[in-house]
Amino acid sequence: MIELRDVHKSFGPKQVLRGVDLTIGRGKSMVIIGGSGTGKSVALKCILGLIPPDKGLITVDGDDVTRLRQGSAERDEFLARFGMLFQGGALFDSLTVWQNVAFRLLRGSLKKSKDEAREIAIEKLRRVGLTPDVAELFPAELSGGMQKRVGLARAIAAEPEIIFFDEPTTGLDPIMAGVINELIREIVVEMGATAMTITHDMTSVRAIADDVAMLHGGKIRWTGPVAEMDASGDPYVTQFISGSPEGPIETVR
Amino acid sequence: MSFLAAIGRIVLGVLAAIGQATLFALDTVSHLVRPPFYPRELASAVMQIGYFSLPVVGLTTIFTGGALALQIYAGGARFSAEAVVPQIVAIGMVRELGPVLVGLMIAARVTSSIAAEIATMKVTEQIDALVTLSTNPMKYLTLPRVLAATLVMPILVAVGNVIGIMGGYLVGVNRLGFNAGTYIRNTIDFLEPSDIATSLAKGAVFGFLAALMGCYYGMQSGRGAQGVGRATKSAVVAASVLILAANFILTELFFAA
Repeated sequence: MIELRDVHKSFGPKQVLRGVDLTIGRGKSMVIIGGSGTGKSVALKCILGLIPPDKGLITVDGDDVTRLRQGSAERDEFLARFGMLFQGGALFDSLTVWQNVAFRLLRGSLKKSKDEAREIAIEKLRRVGLTPDVAELFPAELSGGMQKRVGLARAIAAEPEIIFFDEPTTGLDPIMAGVINELIREIVVEMGATAMTITHDMTSVRAIADDVAMLHGGKIRWTGPVAEMDASGDPYVTQFISGSPEGPIETVR
Repeated sequence: MSFLAAIGRIVLGVLAAIGQATLFALDTVSHLVRPPFYPRELASAVMQIGYFSLPVVGLTTIFTGGALALQIYAGGARFSAEAVVPQIVAIGMVRELGPVLVGLMIAARVTSSIAAEIATMKVTEQIDALVTLSTNPMKYLTLPRVLAATLVMPILVAVGNVIGIMGGYLVGVNRLGFNAGTYIRNTIDFLEPSDIATSLAKGAVFGFLAALMGCYYGMQSGRGAQGVGRATKSAVVAASVLILAANFILTELFFAA
């Protein structure tokens, strides 16, 4: 279970998070929606410890994660439970596709033999619908959709308990977006992992989410099961779902 | 008042930058004794920084050695001291020009590429990805590059010194009419072991600074293509200035009576 209590974060004079409270149940798929620049990515990076929050408490299974020191063994152990799919894929361009997927298996506490790591990488590539001949290519030789899939394969390579997806469908055509949504759903269900996805793609929300939370103005505006989203009664959520320019959300930002 | 405030801001900014860079340097060095280590990354950095820099080092120093011989001959002729060409070329190359020129070429070739690579990794979230994959970017990216540059620069400087002296020799023997045997004899007799030791020591310091600045500005990079461009430019400028400043300080330390 992941819990955020009263999390604040500012960059200079700009207050991005102003007291975020959020609970993500074990094995649940939580999707956070909200406009661009509302701090969705910041919230996610706070949980991973990539950005230290100014104030507030973040716990994973009851352990305070903000206290883990950079580079400490506890923090490595904590991160080993996570997988993350970055918005642009964030594949390492100096490594081949299979070395990217098996990155965690080639070094550190989860180190395996090279052959074994390669085998797992190819199996994970197959899981996301890529053929083994992609394994020896470099990320720059792949299309955007393929890079996303490789990123997904890397995120699940070490069988994480918790997976984060940062805008998994941004920049993809509708069909590829559908494929990725379906993959995410399948993988989360079959691995029994806790998932947290950031997106502003409503199709994605309906495909992936158990629960939905809307971030607006640095706070969680509404949260509830995806089935109740359409009848939330919250004008902000209603406006966001319908994509209407009329409503309480300012369109000039 | 606003004029004074502007000066104050600049001074504070410079001091903060020096402090940050120093902390970054100490952090880098501290990883030398803290596992895990990435020998494969170190080996690849040694190839990139050392081996592939050899052509540029050779070209730079051979022309400089040749030009130096011509200048000393012409200058020496004014007080009938043409014969000192081999000695002055040797001491000029080994003590000063070898380390400084190789250092500046490494700043141009290596610092820029390190800064651009790391800055691009930062901008495309690859650094964040490294962290989430339980890999410390300081250990995986910074330390191998800084260590490799510190280790290979003395070798590059040694190669540069030899090729520079050879440039002087070629000009001296073919253009200025020196006897080949005498030229080499004079060069070898004149150089002291301490000249060579200090030359290589300078090389190590310059290599450390060049790679460190590339990593530091790369990691500090702002967003987008502009951020990468700015990081690269700042890294090369900082590395060049620091190399020249360090050269002065080291020369003062080593050679002042």
